[in-house]
Amino acid sequence: MTRARALGVFLYDFLVGDDWLVALGVVVLLGATALVAAEGMPAWWLPPLAVLGLLCLSLRRAARS
Amino acid sequence: MSATVLFLAAFLASAVEMVEALTIVLAVGLARGWRSALIGVGAALLALAALVAALGPALTVVPLGALRLVVGGLLLVFGLQWLRKAILRASGYKALHDEERIFADESERARRTQVRGWNGLDPYAFTFSFKGVLLEGLEVAFIVLTVGSSQRNVPLAAAAAAAAFLLVAALGLLVRGPLTRVPENTLKLGVGLMLTSFGSFWGAEGAGVSWPGGDAALIGLLAFFTCASLVLVRLLAWQRTRLQPVGAEA
Repeated sequence: MTRARALGVFLYDFLVGDDWLVALGVVVLLGATALVAAEGMPAWWLPPLAVLGLLCLSLRRAARS
Repeated sequence: MSATVLFLAAFLASAVEMVEALTIVLAVGLARGWRSALIGVGAALLALAALVAALGPALTVVPLGALRLVVGGLLLVFGLQWLRKAILRASGYKALHDEERIFADESERARRTQVRGWNGLDPYAFTFSFKGVLLEGLEVAFIVLTVGSSQRNVPLAAAAAAAAFLLVAALGLLVRGPLTRVPENTLKLGVGLMLTSFGSFWGAEGAGVSWPGGDAALIGLLAFFTCASLVLVRLLAWQRTRLQPVGAEA
């Protein structure tokens, strides 16, 4: 494994961990929050509910595996 | 209030990581001698301090909104990892981190490994201590930089990490063994909750959200995620006992 690839794998493991869907979910949720906020609507309720949803999904996958 | 929570998050996260690093250093130091092990620790700490010193000021030039969005997102991913694992351990789906077993395994491996010395330095002891402290310390550096930069207060977060280091080092000297009585999973659950709350709060602010109640919303988020996590631990523990075969429980 080349050093660059090893560093990439290390950074991926460090930042994303063992459930990449959580990382993807966070990107989607922040994007959705930005869109709602840009429309001038209150968006504060979205992150906590979406984060809880992500956590439940991730736990369900982990418990099943 | 934010400064207090920031200090607490950085302190607790650092303490948890330092306990794990201490186990590795103790195992290597007791099995192969302290000189090389402590030189490895010193080298790792210098590298980590240099990283924080270099990146900390660099992050202050990034516009706060963009910084909070990116840092908030990273903290959310990181915090959810910690939270997920802590919930799985608390509900029995994952084994608890056993410092005593890790200490025994690492001590045995250190005793068995034969490496030629170099200029009075034991390369195995140096490398193992250096790597152990560096890897655990990188999580500390990440938290110090992300949590600290979002509040434009990296020095406070760094001071919290330094305080945790001194406390764990002092406890290690007192106990002269792995810190098995530290409630690691409880601390990890607490840190996961704080990082997830910070990440949600700052990530949303970076995305343009205006929180009702300002900084007080952070406490609301913490309370929300804490209640939800405790319910999830109960639910998963119940599900696990329900799925176990009859007669498996003693």
